[in-house]
Amino acid sequence: MQYLEGRKFVVLAIFLAVALVFGTRLFYIQVLDKSYKLAADRNTLQRIVQVPYRGLIYDRNGQLLVQNTPVYDLMVVPREVKQLDTLRFCQLLQLPIEELRASLKAARAYSRVKASPLVQNLSTPELAAVQDNLIDFPGFSIKARMARSYRTQSLAHALGYVGAITPAFLEKPKYAKYLPGDNIGITGLEAFYESTLMGRRGVQYRMVNVRGIEKGAFRGGEFDTLSVAGQDLHTSIDIELQKYGEQLMLGKRGTVVALDPKTGEILAFVSAPFYDPSVLTGKGMGNRYMELLRNPELPLFDRPLMATYPPGSVFKLVNALVALQAGVVKPETPFDCNWRLVRCTHRHEAPRNVSIAIKNSCNPYFYQVMRAMVLRGRSPKRAEDARLGLGVWREQVMSFGVGNKLGVDLPQERKGLIPSPEFYDKRYGFHRWGFKTVYSLSIGQGEIGITGLQMANIMATIANRGFYYTPHFVRRIGNGGPLPQFRERHYTAVDSSHFRAIIPGMQAVVDGRGGTGEFASLAMFGISVAGKTGTVQNAHGPDHATFAAFAPANDPQIAIAVFIENAGFGGNSAAPLASLMIEKYLRGKVIRKRWEFWLQGSADKFIRHR
Amino acid sequence: MPSQVRYNRSLDWVTVGLYALMVLLGWVSVYAASYSPDAPPLGAGLSFSELMAFNWFKQVLWIGTAVVLIVVLVVVDYKAYDTFAFVLYGIMIALLIITPFIARPIAGSRSWLELGPVRLQPAEFAKFITALAVSRYMAGINLRQQNWRDQLVLAGLTLLPPALIIAANETGQALVFAAFLLAYFREGMSPLILIILAAAAVILILALLVPKIWLFGAFTVVLALVFVFNPKVFRHHLPLSLSVWAVVIGMVFGVDFFFNNVLQPHQRKRIEVLINPSADPLGVGWNVTQSKIAIGSGGLVGKGFLEGTQTKFDFVPEQSTDFIFCTVGEEWGWLGTATVIILFMTLLARIVFVAERQKSVFGRTYGYCVASIIFFHFCINIGMTIGLAPVVGIPLPFFSYGGSSLWSFTVLLFILLAIDAYRKQDLVR
Repeated sequence: MQYLEGRKFVVLAIFLAVALVFGTRLFYIQVLDKSYKLAADRNTLQRIVQVPYRGLIYDRNGQLLVQNTPVYDLMVVPREVKQLDTLRFCQLLQLPIEELRASLKAARAYSRVKASPLVQNLSTPELAAVQDNLIDFPGFSIKARMARSYRTQSLAHALGYVGAITPAFLEKPKYAKYLPGDNIGITGLEAFYESTLMGRRGVQYRMVNVRGIEKGAFRGGEFDTLSVAGQDLHTSIDIELQKYGEQLMLGKRGTVVALDPKTGEILAFVSAPFYDPSVLTGKGMGNRYMELLRNPELPLFDRPLMATYPPGSVFKLVNALVALQAGVVKPETPFDCNWRLVRCTHRHEAPRNVSIAIKNSCNPYFYQVMRAMVLRGRSPKRAEDARLGLGVWREQVMSFGVGNKLGVDLPQERKGLIPSPEFYDKRYGFHRWGFKTVYSLSIGQGEIGITGLQMANIMATIANRGFYYTPHFVRRIGNGGPLPQFRERHYTAVDSSHFRAIIPGMQAVVDGRGGTGEFASLAMFGISVAGKTGTVQNAHGPDHATFAAFAPANDPQIAIAVFIENAGFGGNSAAPLASLMIEKYLRGKVIRKRWEFWLQGSADKFIRHR
Repeated sequence: MPSQVRYNRSLDWVTVGLYALMVLLGWVSVYAASYSPDAPPLGAGLSFSELMAFNWFKQVLWIGTAVVLIVVLVVVDYKAYDTFAFVLYGIMIALLIITPFIARPIAGSRSWLELGPVRLQPAEFAKFITALAVSRYMAGINLRQQNWRDQLVLAGLTLLPPALIIAANETGQALVFAAFLLAYFREGMSPLILIILAAAAVILILALLVPKIWLFGAFTVVLALVFVFNPKVFRHHLPLSLSVWAVVIGMVFGVDFFFNNVLQPHQRKRIEVLINPSADPLGVGWNVTQSKIAIGSGGLVGKGFLEGTQTKFDFVPEQSTDFIFCTVGEEWGWLGTATVIILFMTLLARIVFVAERQKSVFGRTYGYCVASIIFFHFCINIGMTIGLAPVVGIPLPFFSYGGSSLWSFTVLLFILLAIDAYRKQDLVR
């Protein structure tokens, strides 16, 4: 029997082996593997996010534009649904039965015991129909939440819209704080000022037991935070002027941008065709968005920021200014209206000085101004001379805020195009081009693109005699001021004195006899308008009509740029439209009703043409 | 010889100390698992009937009665266990037979006898009574001498109670009787039986985890290699080796039949879940997953007494009985679980030591039975809480809440200590 005693060691070894396996396994799951800790927190910690009240948006006169209103979601707790009378339920909600079945299935898949939305964004009348009958449908409840609603039908492009955050956004670290289903500003001011408008979310951590019943705050609420409401935005938009601008642009394509030159504040921002911002809210928003997206007129396209057009004759002002600054012309320099250089717009008096040339928009005059500016004998080689000259010209021109983003407080601004020598090198080859290649820049045609906003900004710069503030929409954030960058003056490369030299010419455009912009005259009200017409040839049908102006000439309070696509001569449609806007803004009302009819007529013509 | 003095000196105080410590720690865990944050600490000021709503309070009563039991067990003449072993066995068998007929069904099985407010599970007591009976029988035979009649009787004594327990649908308690193999091994049973059983278990588990065709290939290759490297086997043991091979392959392919036709659905599920806990995440898998989460979230030092969120908020089912180990793991961390394991190892080693110092085969065999039974519970209970063993509803000795369980382990252990206290009298006998 002695040898059997050795077996006690075998028995003990078996005990020990199991103990070691357990000890090791426990060490692994308790100390090394952190996933069980996370799983435990997921079990017991419920994170309740309090979404703060989103900031409101006002116009410059304190009129409320964008607000929050409650919308209602019909929630369902699948486990509590008992003997659902689907027929009656569907009639009540006007919901196809297949849709109800699919939604219920999705809700069950999410959780049987937690509430999930069955129908979202019920309107108040729909709510009224459902609410009283809910007592017959256990398991269903109504949850209110805040959604955006609009007190105006205008300004959709600038306001932008708010929608549920997309999975693509959620992946970006910038949006780490957002949860699926959260609302976020998608375009416009809603997107640019998202962090300001959103406020700060509050988070509460609650402990729950296995049945999801609350068992108090986690660690006495140590990690809880309160929500802070979003800040209001006070915009510089004059909503009456905006509405009026949209009314005038009805049926047309194009942009109208009006600025307060003294501050850079945007007074009106019309992108036609436009849409009612309320379209992108509430139930069925997705479908309506797709409709807008598929519309061949591109109503979602934010033209003042994103459409770049050749500026046409309006750009002659900038060319005159940089040439004056370079000293290659003087205000009294004459050139002849030589049709062999370039065709002129019409027969007119001799351009004996810059003012007369501006008044008549003389193409050969500005051809020669540009040539004097570009070809200055900087190099004996003519091609190199043109190259160097264009480079100098570009640098000067770009100080007017063109060819780069201005930095307006909206996303998606385009730079536009002021061509560099390298641009032409690339297109034609090094030294394979000369002044004859680029001369159309002298009259704002050719390889040049600026946005409506940039055009308005040029007017504000001239109105200020040499500087501008970055155009912006928001003049007050909450109780504070605008963003700091909107308080900085940007000086152009052109001295103030040269601006004074061209303004009489711009006044003559409107108020001089036979000026191209005579339809924009507000002389009967004693308002002196300084402006410039433009007629832009383009590959997409009839010419675009432009007119840019500021008023009053001596004490400018509004600078405006109008761009109407395919509307022909700028003096006929764009000029009166701009003058109506100026009248509206400066006088508060419009009495020149015939111009409204005139513009309505030109809209009809425009529609007939298409 | 003044027997009173002798027994005082010879009672194995090390084991008694370990027992007391484990019961105390068990009660602390039961308190943490069953206290209510709304009630005053330790139920101060509550009436008796209100206190009876708490498992921790009832456990106090079970512990108190267990102490009374201990006194009785030690005072009783040790020879009584030897003498009445078969009588007790007969009574137990009778009880096991009638229980299903008189018991109300509780949690799917008719295995609880109700005596007023007290519920008893005869299966719990079948363990120590069977241990006494087989030890008594073992004392009269020699397992090594290949006496088929004796071995058959022994097998019958061991298998009859679990058969009756399975009939009452308490499979978990029946499995415990496998533990006796370890005691028989010490007393001379061929190690081959243990090896074959272990090999069978490994093959069954492999057959569930690995594609069967691979196993078929692997075992065939092994057979071929044995023949190549040890030609003697081929020449002299060809039929034997081929039949071993055939049995192994038969097991590999028969596992599905066993799995689908022999096992009941809930048993099948428990094995499936062991292999893949996400197979049934809200059913049996829930127990395993939540128990692992509770233990795993404890970390190195635990969340602190009464701070365990998983147990407090009822994520772990059966947390004061079968899953009591979760409370230890969550509130005391790895230090706590390692301490419990060390305590069990110390106790088992001490029991083996006590068993080995017995002069009688009866005493020694009984000692090994005690160690084996406690070890088996330890293995399966802790194994299931950490996903290493199937979910079998058996308690963790001395820790789990419950009168039957605490009493039966107390009786199991203290009969050994009583026998041990008088061991020197065996010389006289």
